[in-house]
Amino acid sequence: MTEIPIAKPILDLNDRLAAANRALLDSHGVFMLDLIASPGAGKTTTILATIAALRDTYSVAVIEGDIASDVDARKIKEQGIPAVQINTGGICHLEARMISQALDALDLDSLDLIIVENVGNLVCPTDFYLGEDCKIVILSVPEGHDKPLKYPGVFQVAQAIILSKIDTMPVFDFDERQFRSDIEHINPHALIFPISATKDHGVKTWVRWLSEQIEQKRRMKAKTAHETE
Amino acid sequence: MHEFSLMQSVLDTVETSARKAGAVRVTAIRLTIGEMAEVVFDAMEFAFEALSPETLSEGAELSMRSVIPRSRCCVCGEEFTHDRYHWACPSCDSLATELIAGRELFIDSIEIEESVSIGDSGLTSDSGSAGEPDSTNEPPVGQGADTQEEPDVIDDGRGAL
Repeated sequence: MTEIPIAKPILDLNDRLAAANRALLDSHGVFMLDLIASPGAGKTTTILATIAALRDTYSVAVIEGDIASDVDARKIKEQGIPAVQINTGGICHLEARMISQALDALDLDSLDLIIVENVGNLVCPTDFYLGEDCKIVILSVPEGHDKPLKYPGVFQVAQAIILSKIDTMPVFDFDERQFRSDIEHINPHALIFPISATKDHGVKTWVRWLSEQIEQKRRMKAKTAHETE
Repeated sequence: MHEFSLMQSVLDTVETSARKAGAVRVTAIRLTIGEMAEVVFDAMEFAFEALSPETLSEGAELSMRSVIPRSRCCVCGEEFTHDRYHWACPSCDSLATELIAGRELFIDSIEIEESVSIGDSGLTSDSGSAGEPDSTNEPPVGQGADTQEEPDVIDDGRGAL
């Protein structure tokens, strides 16, 4: 019997593929966000509102992750926005390898922003790095303010949290103060963007922040290009 | 059930390392998993039982060491352990803390039985574990699915679990 040290992350290969995705995106100055939420939280609606607000300024594409169907990709394409559908066939999250394939299908030279809509799930996508610049979690008001305590992992890895469907706040017993206090305890650095995509509330603030990230990424690319000249 | 993907990655790595070392069988796999990672140990055990047959790891003992979360306070520098929900510094109550342990997803080591080798080149003859691809350069696939590349729809899996 011989003991062999392995000393490798379980997701070593995924992380290396993700790093390659990231390097590819960096070289093109494309900002990629990984959007995570439970099914029905308003991911696609938020994406459509974000596209509407940004499309005159930036060139956007969407990578749609679903267990099956291309319903979401079609909705995006109807807006004249490039969309790649990934069908995971039962896998409950996206992995870096799937994103590599999707990136191959997109014209990165012409893009500023890629929004990845992960499979609807608040647990499984948490530990999988795809090469994104940031993970964003959407929590919708009807899901309840207690979700950060029930699914802390995903709220911990998120750089920002979109609280969606805030127009339904009067109908649901959503305690925003409790929600904010819980987020502060499990992820004090997270930004919170309350929005109603259908009523156009809060979208501007969210999009302003996103635009700053896109600009920063572009500047980084310009700087790198300048340095290598 | 992302534990299936994690376990597939574990088994791929173990298989490659074990073959390189000339193993005929893997007898133990030791993992370290932080409490902040979204991993259910029972689901890992289940995935191991489902995915390990006909690999070198079949019948191996799977042990998982869990790591209690640990953070450092960005204000006063205190280091402290905590649960999954409460990260505030116990000394100064600051919420500005930085996680330094608890998110591990790590393969520590394996134990193998080696073939009684005549040479020592490291590569054994085929030790009867055909079936699993030696996936050094292949990405780990969630459930061993064949990946079909299509321009618009990428169909990744074989079917739901």
